[in-house]
Amino acid sequence: MTAVETIRVLIAKPGLDGHDRGAKVIARALRDAGMEVIYTGLRQTPEMIAEAALQEDVDVVGLSILSGAHMALVPRIREVMDQHDLRDVPLLVGGIIPDEDKAQLEAMGVRGIFGPGTNTHDIVTFIRQIAAAKQGD
Amino acid sequence: MTVQVEAILRGERRAVARLLTSVENGREGVDETLAALFPHTGRAWVIGVTGSPGTGKSTLVNALTQAYRRQGHQVGILAVDPTSPFTGGAILGDRIRMRDLAGDVGVFIRSMATRGSLGGLSKATRDAARVLDAAGFDIILIETVGAGQNEVDIVRAAHTTLVVEAPGMGDEVQAIKAGILEIADVLVVNKADRPGAAQTVRALRTMLELGHPTRQAGMVGHHGRLMAVETQPTADNGMWLPPIVETVASDNQGMDVLITAIGQHRQFLSQGERRSALEQGQFSIEIQERLRDTLMERLLRQLPADALDGMTGRIQSREIDPQGAVETLLSQIIFTPLAP
Ligand code: B12
Ligand SMILES: Nc1nc2c(ncn2[C@@H]2O[C@H](COP(=O)(O)OP(=O)(O)OP(=O)(O)O)[C@@H](O)[C@H]2O)c(=O)[nH]1
Ligand SMILES: [Mg+2]
Repeated sequence: MTAVETIRVLIAKPGLDGHDRGAKVIARALRDAGMEVIYTGLRQTPEMIAEAALQEDVDVVGLSILSGAHMALVPRIREVMDQHDLRDVPLLVGGIIPDEDKAQLEAMGVRGIFGPGTNTHDIVTFIRQIAAAKQGD
Repeated sequence: MTVQVEAILRGERRAVARLLTSVENGREGVDETLAALFPHTGRAWVIGVTGSPGTGKSTLVNALTQAYRRQGHQVGILAVDPTSPFTGGAILGDRIRMRDLAGDVGVFIRSMATRGSLGGLSKATRDAARVLDAAGFDIILIETVGAGQNEVDIVRAAHTTLVVEAPGMGDEVQAIKAGILEIADVLVVNKADRPGAAQTVRALRTMLELGHPTRQAGMVGHHGRLMAVETQPTADNGMWLPPIVETVASDNQGMDVLITAIGQHRQFLSQGERRSALEQGQFSIEIQERLRDTLMERLLRQLPADALDGMTGRIQSREIDPQGAVETLLSQIIFTPLAP
């Protein structure tokens, strides 16, 4: 058995969305749970997100989207990540995501969706689970 | 040669990223990989970027990298931020200021947390720089944590150390910590667009002259009108005089002058035995550190898991003193063989 490794997470804000409170709340919560959080700031393109995920070799990529553009952004980000050979890196989405979009996002490969009021403990637990599964292979 | 080593030497980015993670986590087999890569290292010029929090180190790395890229260099960047001593987690935010480098395959940026190290770098930073070196990055920039005066480990890893200052940090002379000034090969006064830049330059020059009466700091740049670096090591004392370079990193100003200053330092070190002496000192310290860490690790492995806890109880009850406890623990270890 190998020792438990520090979980690394990329938190990114794609598109032109300026709502960054949620992303910062999540970044701090994950840090306080002992994770290393790479925060890249606002207005990230899908290419920038995939490139940062690759260079930083993160276990998970978390997107924070409150602009309503998730149905356009998420598939594009997943696609570029796959092109960068990051198929095994799970994608989470948080922010304002209407219920009717959730099933479709999940079908696009999104592993978890977290809306306003989510307890950050639940997010920490979820990330630990999927990171453990990933590091386990 | 393993597939992994070949991939690194070809500069394959995913392989580089994964090896950096292995290095940080001390994964099994990483020592062998680093050993195989080591003969392919020593080609890169390693530049340390240090200075107080918020002086513009990341922004400077962003601007300097673009300037080096225009000259055709491949640039590897290690950006170190502090690990929280309470939670073990970290927020690594230096990439926020490096967005202009996105999409450039001649650049590789990796954020690293200090993971308990106190000297401004992490334990893995040196090996991480070697991985980038072996992967073909010929300029490596290491941004340290926002440093006070004790975070000076960078001099053990870099060929040229830039100390970044900025105006408007209160009493200039107070703000400039002597310890960190001493490690500067080049002093950068960033945010030269802000009022007070000239005072900061003056204060720095005075401090340099006070610290080293034989030195005359070289002046480069004045209020955006940036002049060529004039400082040259004087033949009689053979000392390097850290030039002061004014920059506006957020506007890409002053980068040519800065590159010239770094180039002159490189030139200076390449004369005679200087570079060899610098590297000899660095390797000597590195061996001592590794020896200490490795010995400690292997010693602890030879002790029963509860040995330390048992001792603290005996110390608390004043049955034994701390040094006596150490002697007792050591006497339980069979020294030969300290096998891995
Ligand atoms: C505060 C706020 C603002 C502030 C933003 C300040 C800032 N720097 O963040 C200001 C005033 C600037 C603003 C501006 C605008 N806003 Co506004 N704003 C809000 C408001 C009221 C709260 C958002 C917030 O900060 N919540 C607190 C944080 C902590 O919660 P959160 O982001 O939801 O995050 C939680 C979860 O979603 C999740 N999460 C979030 N991200 C992530 C990421 C990961 C990886 C994970 C796992 C979880 C996760 O975890 C967090 C903790 O539970 C919302 C309404 C609402 N109640 O949500 C509208 C809202 C988001 N805004 C809205 C709009 C329209 C705008 C404007 C376009 C308004 C305008 N016409 O000018 C502008 C656009 C600004 C821009 N450049 O993008 C709409 C968006 C509509 C939509 N998506 O369809 C909303 C929903 C209001 C509404 N009901 O119409 N806004
Ligand atoms: N006016 C001005 N602002 C600048 C300049 N360079 C950087 N800044 C700003 O200074 C702030 C801090 O810049 P960073 O590059 O993050 O500084 P840093 O030294 O890397 O900070 P830490 O990594 O947190 O220690 C940012 O808001 C930058 O935009 C400059 O030349 N002029
Ligand atoms: Mg920085």
